[in-house]
Amino acid sequence: MATDVGTRTAGTSRAAPARGGGWRSVTEHWLTQYRRVWVGSAISSFLTPLLYLAGMGYGLGALVDGASGGIDGVPYVLFVAPGVLAATAMQVAAGETTFSVIGAIKWQRFYEGMLATPLGVRDVVRGHMAYVLVRLVVACGIFLAVAALLGLVRSPWGLLALPVAVLGGMAFAACCYAYSAGLSNDQGVTLLFRFVVMPMQLFAGTFFPIEQLPGWLQPVAWVTPLWHAVDACRDLVLGTVTPGPLLGHLAYLGVWLVVGLLLSERVLRRRMVI
Amino acid sequence: MARSLPLPAGAGMARMLVERNYRSFRRTWTVLVSGFFEPVFFLFSMGVGIGALVGDVEVGVGRTVPYAVFVAPALLAASAMNGAVFDSTTNVFFKLKYARLYDSVLATPLGPRDVAVGEITWALLRGLVYSGAFLVVAALAGAVTTWTALLAVPAATLIGWAFASIGMATTTYMRSWADFDFVQLAILPMFLFSATFYPLSTYPPALQWVVQATPLYHGVAMVRDLMLGTVDQGILVHVAYLAAMGAIGTVWTSRRIASLLLR
Amino acid sequence: MAAEPLPAGDPAEPLISARGLVKTFGDFTAVDAIDVDVRPGEAFGFLGPNGAGKSSTMKMIGCVSPPSAGSLRIMGLDPATHGPAIRARLGVVPQRDTLDEELTVEENIWVYGRYFGLSRSEVRRRAAELLEFAQLAERSRSVVEPLSGGMKRRLTIARALVNQPRILLLDEPTTGLDPQARHVLWDRLFRLKREGVTLVLTTHYMDEAEQLCDRLVVMDHGRIVAEGSPRSLIEEHSTREVLELRFDSDDHREHLAAVDGVADRVEVLPDRLLLYTADGESAQAELGRRGVEPLSSLVRRSTLEDVFLHLTGRTLVD
Repeated sequence: MATDVGTRTAGTSRAAPARGGGWRSVTEHWLTQYRRVWVGSAISSFLTPLLYLAGMGYGLGALVDGASGGIDGVPYVLFVAPGVLAATAMQVAAGETTFSVIGAIKWQRFYEGMLATPLGVRDVVRGHMAYVLVRLVVACGIFLAVAALLGLVRSPWGLLALPVAVLGGMAFAACCYAYSAGLSNDQGVTLLFRFVVMPMQLFAGTFFPIEQLPGWLQPVAWVTPLWHAVDACRDLVLGTVTPGPLLGHLAYLGVWLVVGLLLSERVLRRRMVI
Repeated sequence: MARSLPLPAGAGMARMLVERNYRSFRRTWTVLVSGFFEPVFFLFSMGVGIGALVGDVEVGVGRTVPYAVFVAPALLAASAMNGAVFDSTTNVFFKLKYARLYDSVLATPLGPRDVAVGEITWALLRGLVYSGAFLVVAALAGAVTTWTALLAVPAATLIGWAFASIGMATTTYMRSWADFDFVQLAILPMFLFSATFYPLSTYPPALQWVVQATPLYHGVAMVRDLMLGTVDQGILVHVAYLAAMGAIGTVWTSRRIASLLLR
Repeated sequence: MAAEPLPAGDPAEPLISARGLVKTFGDFTAVDAIDVDVRPGEAFGFLGPNGAGKSSTMKMIGCVSPPSAGSLRIMGLDPATHGPAIRARLGVVPQRDTLDEELTVEENIWVYGRYFGLSRSEVRRRAAELLEFAQLAERSRSVVEPLSGGMKRRLTIARALVNQPRILLLDEPTTGLDPQARHVLWDRLFRLKREGVTLVLTTHYMDEAEQLCDRLVVMDHGRIVAEGSPRSLIEEHSTREVLELRFDSDDHREHLAAVDGVADRVEVLPDRLLLYTADGESAQAELGRRGVEPLSSLVRRSTLEDVFLHLTGRTLVD
């Protein structure tokens, strides 16, 4: 009954485990919350890439193919599809590790609630990132499946584009998380989207080969995680993959992921444990 | 009696709200100023990247222009829409729901009409500055070829009014941030498909009708006419469409603010 | 299946024990070497104005803020090394609600229970009980956002009980609630206390401290300035009764001479004089004989507010 809520508090038999629910329970929180908003989110994360594929790949593609016969003989829509795949991963990653992180620290204060339980900062970061992983796999998986149905995946290697795009997303997400965890308000998020996310989408090889950029800009594109993800995905989907560059891309993205995770924990600890 | 009036009460003091926004802007200027870069990045990306792939685009009978010249007016129109929608949805929602700004505003002599007009005016002023700056960049990039391009600035402001007013009215129906994904659903297809990145003639005739029904198409076509110097009477249709949209949106917004906050 | 060998509940052993506990933020010392013992089953209060160091102390006890110096043991364990194990047996009600406003009432408890590693079925069972307890059973499927302040507060408390904590930490539990909501909440806290939950709370409300606390410390500028039960503090630092006088005057000090010798002690506030005396009514009569005519005069019992005023020379809520 209602009144025995506290009577067992001093008892020991059914006490909560001292280590708590771990990062899984944090992931569960975000997934539970996502269930409530998934309709709208489905639109932005599933339809957005398809709209870009239609508008740029097919629409603009008609112009490109008519003028120059595609890119290196590849029809433009085939060129763009893997680019949009990798770019989608970046978009979802940034979307799930910016406002929601600041919100959990400052506005809704979920993290304060979580850290009052046996959970630690590491659980909070990993649980959040595991949720991002789920979102990335679903968003990228659906896009890749649609692209395959449209005949835009030329090689069976294209299947591997899914884990590669997801890795790219996770690498970027980890760094966005570290950045967001240190922000004092959401202005910084707007700046991140305007000066990092958006330019990256425009210049890191999604819509045209980076060789067309002015020479001084190409190294900037090389630094971005998106270019590595795009280049790897494109090679896999078009069946032009070679082991050397692929491993190089994966290693580079792996470094971003690990550094991002370590930084995230550090920044969040400094923020929450004072 | 007041209920039968189309416009809720105002005290003619909308400028007070504009002034309040200006004060707040001085503290958050980085975000607003950075908004200017969005169309510039697009112009650069399209001009350098896509332009080389596409070459020249046919814009009238026997007339072709470089792709950057073709796409610049569309980017100006689209960014006027994006900026207006962002200002009138996200920002207004925050003020309406979290900062509870309007509750305190309406406790003063200001009325709901002042709130609607003030917020929309602010969105317009911002858009005016953005489009002016973008035009300068476009001119430097060689994408401006005629003096009528100067009229693209007021034209962009008209686009801003149309979208800001409808956007703010829509915002008054929003329940949570999750609903903003639906705004995205309306904006993104318009951005991609309103003859922004390729000519209307790329579409099959049946689809051309659909495209021509959207407000951004009229915005793009209007600005493109002005910047390419191909103005004819057809532009009046574009202007009338957007002006009607702006007027309807403004009245709708002030009525919604009244019914939400003056219960 | 107790997961961690926690010390048995020896009644003599304090549940929380702090010695020379310090918390500094840069140059600022929020908590300045305090000693505190909280015994099992008692309701213990930290009383003080805003900025006295109450919340910082609570955060250290909650193992989310490492002490800058001194020692702190909670259930016999050191927060620095056993933070998760301690937090597993604590319930925390923070100053500002940290509810997930996009989830329903019951989902909030489910999700929170999972943080403690409780199974889904266990969490659901407890949520049903707790919502009954918090008088929110009818609202269990509604979203949190539109709930009233009092309901949200009760939900936060219900949520904090999901792990059946030995100690419930409440940081200003009723700040910002209307009087009726406060009484409902106090009633729930009484029940918990009767059931043996140790309550540790901060407040700047005197009535709350007197209602809820068996024992309390008065904090000011990070230090403890007095300690004891509400009754003993009043006896020690105040008189049985207080006579409050208001005059039609901008400066009540002008009237000090007129009341000289009537009471044991006089405090001057901007809007009134407080005369501390064992017998308020005879003091009132004496003033009448002297021909002193205040705008209003009121005899009341001493409260902790008077204790605080006496100890610090300041009022609590300003």
